[in-house]
Amino acid sequence: MDLLLDLALLSLLLLTAVSIAWTRDMFAAAMLTGIYGLLSASFFMTMGAVDVAFTEAAVGAGISPLLILATLALCGRNQKADPPRAMLALCLVGAVGALLIAATLDMPAFGDPGAPAHIHVAPHYIGESFAEIGIPNVVTSVLASYRAFDTLGEVVVIFTAGLGVLSLLLALREQQHPIRALSAPHPQHLVLRLVAKVLIPPILIYALYVQFHGEYGPGGGFQAGVIFAVGFILYALVFGLDAVKRVAGHGVVQFLAALGVLIYGSVGLLGMATGKNFLDYSALAADPVSGQHLGIIVIELGVGITVAAVMMLVFYLFSEQLQRGLEDGSGKELTSGRAG
Amino acid sequence: MLTHLPILQVILPLVAAPSCLIIRRASLVWLFTLGVSIAAFAVSALLLQQVSTSGAITYGLGGWDAPWGIEYRIDLLNAWVLLVVTGISTVVLAAARASVQAEMDQARQTLFYTLYLLCFAGLLGIVATGDVFNVFVFLEISSLATYALIALGRDRRALWAAFQYLIMGTIGATFILIGIGFLYMMTGTLNMADLAQRLPEVSSSSTVLAAFAFIVVGVCLKLALFPLHMWLPNAYSFAPSIVTAFLAATATKVALYLLVRFTFTVFGVQFSLTSLPLQSLFIGLGLAGVFVASVVAIYQVDIKRMLAYSSVAQVGYMVVGIGISSVVAVQATLLHLFNHALMKGGLFLALAGLAYRAGSCHIDAFRGLGRTMPWTMAAIVIGGISLIGMPLTVGFVSKWYLISAALESNLWFVALLVVMGSLVAVVYIWRLVEAAYFQEPAGDQPPVVGEAPLSLLLPTWLLISANLYFGIDTRLPVEVTGAAAQYLFGGAQ
Repeated sequence: MDLLLDLALLSLLLLTAVSIAWTRDMFAAAMLTGIYGLLSASFFMTMGAVDVAFTEAAVGAGISPLLILATLALCGRNQKADPPRAMLALCLVGAVGALLIAATLDMPAFGDPGAPAHIHVAPHYIGESFAEIGIPNVVTSVLASYRAFDTLGEVVVIFTAGLGVLSLLLALREQQHPIRALSAPHPQHLVLRLVAKVLIPPILIYALYVQFHGEYGPGGGFQAGVIFAVGFILYALVFGLDAVKRVAGHGVVQFLAALGVLIYGSVGLLGMATGKNFLDYSALAADPVSGQHLGIIVIELGVGITVAAVMMLVFYLFSEQLQRGLEDGSGKELTSGRAG
Repeated sequence: MLTHLPILQVILPLVAAPSCLIIRRASLVWLFTLGVSIAAFAVSALLLQQVSTSGAITYGLGGWDAPWGIEYRIDLLNAWVLLVVTGISTVVLAAARASVQAEMDQARQTLFYTLYLLCFAGLLGIVATGDVFNVFVFLEISSLATYALIALGRDRRALWAAFQYLIMGTIGATFILIGIGFLYMMTGTLNMADLAQRLPEVSSSSTVLAAFAFIVVGVCLKLALFPLHMWLPNAYSFAPSIVTAFLAATATKVALYLLVRFTFTVFGVQFSLTSLPLQSLFIGLGLAGVFVASVVAIYQVDIKRMLAYSSVAQVGYMVVGIGISSVVAVQATLLHLFNHALMKGGLFLALAGLAYRAGSCHIDAFRGLGRTMPWTMAAIVIGGISLIGMPLTVGFVSKWYLISAALESNLWFVALLVVMGSLVAVVYIWRLVEAAYFQEPAGDQPPVVGEAPLSLLLPTWLLISANLYFGIDTRLPVEVTGAAAQYLFGGAQ
């Protein structure tokens, strides 16, 4: 049964990947990317990597196709053919693929209990993390405490990406004209409005659940931040960007993006102030284990805030750019981009 | 506080970056950024001093011991690179204000310094860490910040250059990540010291060989080793002047450090350079890079672009040193890492001054510059002499070590080619001298109004005089790099 499921998922993955490379219609490619994300998430599920699957579902199948679609709305949906370059790319990809396959020859078999990855550091995490950190989800223990510095780095990566988009698309004047673009209100779409109104509150509550349940089950700040931002983005898509900006404007979102990183960093510095090493949470409470637990809750909050804020910031900037494009009259390609 | 020095080195700029967004005012943010960079420089100086007296320092992040947690590990090699990166950053930032004001609108200046700090923190994180996955995370931070910084250039082609680099850089980073994944699969650890111990057992497996291939190619993409250098000339020539000065002096150096760290510490000399044909590959590609890039440099009309090609050539010399792989050769590489940072830092800052006055770095803008901007032009000439490698400059010191290493290993043709490479450099530097001192400004060219502002000129001359100072009093760099090279070959520190 497992074998059948694996075969089905892997062949679908292959099929989707080839179709993405094959199609010239970028809109179709974007949708296929979402499907690819969902399939990968399912495949990770069958391998028992629930946390990874959850992240892939939220990011790969959720927010990234959305951002790709926003980009397509800006730059059109058709790819120009360039056969010589494509041949070169194919050759390079073939060489890299051959090397990857060669690498599998001496790999330990999947699930081999004697594989190095299962007998060196992993037993310590599985055996000791509950006693040392006090939470049942080992993945969260590794990400948020044993390797918390990597996670801080990942949050900074997201923050950097948001700032990069901001530095490129920052408008010098505030938008004056009524909004018509990607995020224009759609008064005629009654069904859409109704469904959105019903869906958004559960999405936001679910995000909070994922945020604060990461110690016990799959979840945590990354997934929660993305889901929370999706709630806001959905609202903007149906009711217009202005309506969302009244709740969280540019300044607020930028501030929150910085705040999340600072919260995370401050927890680390707090450890140092009490004589422990950077990011050692055990000093945060009288009992080291509850200190660890508290530290994880706070840093996950920082992660959630930055991720949600950056996703919203990127969406704002894309939609504003689109509005400017329409007003400059240079948005001819947009119609074809939105037709799908 | 002294025990926390290794982590302070990285988290100071890392936490300072989001704080910039809260300070907001561009002039304050500049002062703040400069202060952070000075503090980071002080930390790196203390670290180097600590490491050279008492040996390598480790720091367990989160209080966890390696290999369960992430470990910072500072030895002579990375303490040296940290000192170079923080030192250059401080000088470049001191010069930044006027140039950034001239090249960017008000609203983007705060973002510029924030991204600069992120890039700075990313580079320092790559160098300081003793954990291979942590390397990847900080590589992503510095790379993303770099793409954005390049895209801030005035010329619209900066966007294309940044995009090109984004694609190449992402491929490089992905390769490195695949390699790290394979290493974890075969050893169950991500800690460098732990990997070094556990890899020899499995070193003959195809998985580890593939890991090595992916990591070396990925790092060489970031390093811009010929023929993987295609992104560099565009990136350097269209980026804002200050960004070019910073990147040219630090980013490729950090990639070179990674190459040395992976080949010598993680995989080990035995595996990397003895059982694989990497020596001849590095010497061959390095020398090919020296000649191809130097000859292409001769034909450039944009001088920023010309110096960018010259950077590709200089990377070639450094990789030749790794290829010869004797203690003296690696010492030459580490010396050139420092010396090239001084040369290119000084030269690109001088070009920032020219761009500030003349608005371009086209060869025509150099006509008659010897009279209108005598100090800037003198700086360019001295920097150029150092680049060629004439005696009494730092360029001479590293080439001297490289040539003697080649002769020691009976690679006389390598020594000969290194000397010939320097002669090609004479040709492209001479073009500048000829235009500046022997040609009249073109009639249709708007006259250059005068010398670059002091705030740009002083930092330029600081780096240029360092080219002369360390070319005469070579004790500090030679001692540190000599000890670091011996340490890499397993000798006492």
